[in-house]
Amino acid sequence: MRDQDVSLVIGGDAGQGVESSGAGFSSALARAGYHIFSIADYRSRIRGGHNFYQIRAATRPVASHLDPPALLLALTAESVELHLESLAPDAAVLYDSSFRLDAGAVERSGRLAVPVPMNEIAMRHGSKVMMNTAALAAAASLLRFPLQRMEAVIRQNFARKGERVVEGNLAVARETYEQVRRSPAAARFRYRLPGLPGQPERMLLHGNHAFCLGAVAAGCRFVAAYPMTPATTILEWMTAHAEPLGIVTKHAEDELAAICMAIGAGFAGARALCSTSGGGFSLMTEALGLAGMTETPVVVVDVQRGGPSTGLPTRTEQADLLFVLHASQGDFPRFVLAPGDHVEAFETAMRAFNLAEKYQTPVVVLSDQFLASSLRTLDFGRLRRDAVPVERGKTRRPGEPPLPGERGPGGGQEDGPAAGRDGYLRFAFTPDGISPRVLPGDPEAVYGAPSDEHDEAGHITEEIDNRKRMMEKRMRKLETALAAGEMRGPRRVGPAEAEVTLLAWGSMLGPASEALVLLEREGVRANLLHWCDLWPFAGEAAERELRRVRRGVVVEQNYSGQFRRFLRMTTGYEAEGLVRRYDGRPLEPGEIARGVLKEVGAGVR
Amino acid sequence: MSVDQRAGAGRGDGRLPDGRHGPGRGLTARDYMTEQRPTWCPGCGDFGILAALREALLQEGIAPHEAVVVSGIGCGSKLPDYMRVNGFMTLHGRPLPVATGFRLANPAMRVIVVDGDGDAYGIGGNHWLHTCRRNPGLVHLVENNQIYALTKGQYSPTTEQGTRTTTSPEGSIERPVNPIRTALAAGATFVARGFAGEPKELARLIREALHHRGYALLDILQPCITYNKVNTYDWYAERIVRLESEGHDPSDFDAAWARAGEFGERIPVGVFYRTEEVPAYEERVPGLKRGPVVERPLDDLDEAAFEALERELV
Repeated sequence: MRDQDVSLVIGGDAGQGVESSGAGFSSALARAGYHIFSIADYRSRIRGGHNFYQIRAATRPVASHLDPPALLLALTAESVELHLESLAPDAAVLYDSSFRLDAGAVERSGRLAVPVPMNEIAMRHGSKVMMNTAALAAAASLLRFPLQRMEAVIRQNFARKGERVVEGNLAVARETYEQVRRSPAAARFRYRLPGLPGQPERMLLHGNHAFCLGAVAAGCRFVAAYPMTPATTILEWMTAHAEPLGIVTKHAEDELAAICMAIGAGFAGARALCSTSGGGFSLMTEALGLAGMTETPVVVVDVQRGGPSTGLPTRTEQADLLFVLHASQGDFPRFVLAPGDHVEAFETAMRAFNLAEKYQTPVVVLSDQFLASSLRTLDFGRLRRDAVPVERGKTRRPGEPPLPGERGPGGGQEDGPAAGRDGYLRFAFTPDGISPRVLPGDPEAVYGAPSDEHDEAGHITEEIDNRKRMMEKRMRKLETALAAGEMRGPRRVGPAEAEVTLLAWGSMLGPASEALVLLEREGVRANLLHWCDLWPFAGEAAERELRRVRRGVVVEQNYSGQFRRFLRMTTGYEAEGLVRRYDGRPLEPGEIARGVLKEVGAGVR
Repeated sequence: MSVDQRAGAGRGDGRLPDGRHGPGRGLTARDYMTEQRPTWCPGCGDFGILAALREALLQEGIAPHEAVVVSGIGCGSKLPDYMRVNGFMTLHGRPLPVATGFRLANPAMRVIVVDGDGDAYGIGGNHWLHTCRRNPGLVHLVENNQIYALTKGQYSPTTEQGTRTTTSPEGSIERPVNPIRTALAAGATFVARGFAGEPKELARLIREALHHRGYALLDILQPCITYNKVNTYDWYAERIVRLESEGHDPSDFDAAWARAGEFGERIPVGVFYRTEEVPAYEERVPGLKRGPVVERPLDDLDEAAFEALERELV
């Protein structure tokens, strides 16, 4: 079997079903045995404006979208104008014969113009709305993709609309497929996606799916959120599965309520999640400090989009990094994790709930629109629940045996004050900063948790010595976490020794990894250091790797180079170059490779 | 046991269905005491509210570990620190969502919210409106002193128009919130008003609220002897009339609406409105059908169930 790696684009107006067509074709390709990576590019509106969907199908696992596309499936004449120049030189452009289009311009550009009477065929067997079926069948035919695979998806997608609709669509698909197959253009098109027999079944999921699976695997029992793109699908998925899984989900009146509900549930002892995007996170900042001060576990996932303010609601950015690291007044411990891909999103969700409970503090997971909504295939078994077993640390439920150090003066500390109301000190000073936590409801451990500064028993106090010791106790949890090896250093992709090192975080793992291959083709030996764990920062591990970097280029999706500044702040390391994008579209491997070459210039071969 | 039973939701018949609650459990007033000394001004209305809450819990036989008091920020929100009970002193305006989250995670515990007029009707007003229509099983005690006291005397959402304060030196321009009518309009299922100067009567009202099936608002007139020289103990005492003794029928919404309009020469206290027909929010949450989520082990998702979730994505 020949190695295949083909990208195609479906372009059209919002409301034309671009995304559902794209998802449907992705699904058909995945079931035929291809590895898929798909992204949707859509606008913040229900109808109108150009949308497109880019699918990459390959015979080996792929971690990013990749330009240039070999095929454009144009549902409007406009999409031909918009995409023509970005297509591969030998690409094909499929479009409806009725479009008023300069086919000569397509041909002059070297691309193959393939007009198909899609609309006419659709009308003949049903109605205009079946044109998308015709379009997908035309694309399948051109790619020599088996018709049966398309038929199966059509049957599944239209089943609930009745047999007549299914039959109509099947007839449309068959006729279009046949017409294109017999067309002279088909013979000239060199890209092929035949069926791949013997491939295992795979999941096709987006980053929010993966995160949700990780959350439920970790025992998440409570989700509160206010709908906000691109985080909404987390609340929707959780709600759809709430009853069978026994999870409480709450669509709150606003984000302030959402995080407060999650904190209330966390205080009660449920593993609680709050999903949002940057704007919602902005509203949550005060409550983030409440969780820090009262040592209440809570996980917040910020699925970043283009900011500031309403910004680019449906698009991607990594510009909340420095905000999330510092959000809310005062000093308090927090964890910040930024998964790089779908598998890491799954694991990070599980780790986040463990860290929140073990260290009794808020955990922020930084995802973004690119990771959250890109669809990719994964083999069964890739999402390993046993990779992160559930750990609650010094937490017990009412009725369970006392935790070590839970009883006695000072929570087991000899120099502590007299024990509180019940001989139990919720905020006991401990060497590791973590106090034994009994969930509310225990007759032997009644306590208060104030957002005011408080003593070990949980009573409000402004006493000087207590304040210092309590602040130190809370902040000590970060040192404990680092010493316990909770925080991972960078993951290295590519060779140990390289001329150029790409430095990236969060969702840029896939595109930056694939850029290494392209750089290699240009004769540049490059590797990648990728960070998921950002706070507390495993500085020693980072410095160890950074010392080996000859020429470092940060790759990230924001204007000001926030991660570059973050590296300087935490390690003193000053990256030589910066490849950035802040127009809301995800960095693509070729673009990264070109950017890196430009940054390091003639210094490399 | 279903959540319905566990939740201890009242049925309006004076009976608490949860067998763990109820008088005669050997509880004494001492069980609700701490050594913590209140920082309130001598004579503050909050003392009466604290006494009434302790008394109500004792009378209902709700032990300190079976309840959680969630408070906001302000003088009165320090209340949980001054009694033996689980307490969560949260943010200004946010105790209602915190309490709702707690209740939905563990409906086996009694959840009482204590905050002020600034918390509930001002900065947290949005949460209040939505809590009214949502009807979670919360008892909400609003210490309404018609002033911002902890910040030393600014006008609040319930300050009467024309009142001079540090932020309204010429007299407040705004008309005050009518909490009773607002709650009625927002769909609250138990709406009452009490007076901090009558702790015994207030304890009785709190007990009624504890028996309510869903959200119970108890607006409490609370004299602030330091920053509110208008609405004093004497001022209230001269004006208070009892809905109960005037033959008010709390099941009559229109009558409740009419009586809620009185706030001047006559200030009605007691239960304005009550209906047990509306289920508490937590009674209808699908995710709670298997019981309080805090009581389930975290790893109860078996391999087959997890794989089924993965297979949905094929």
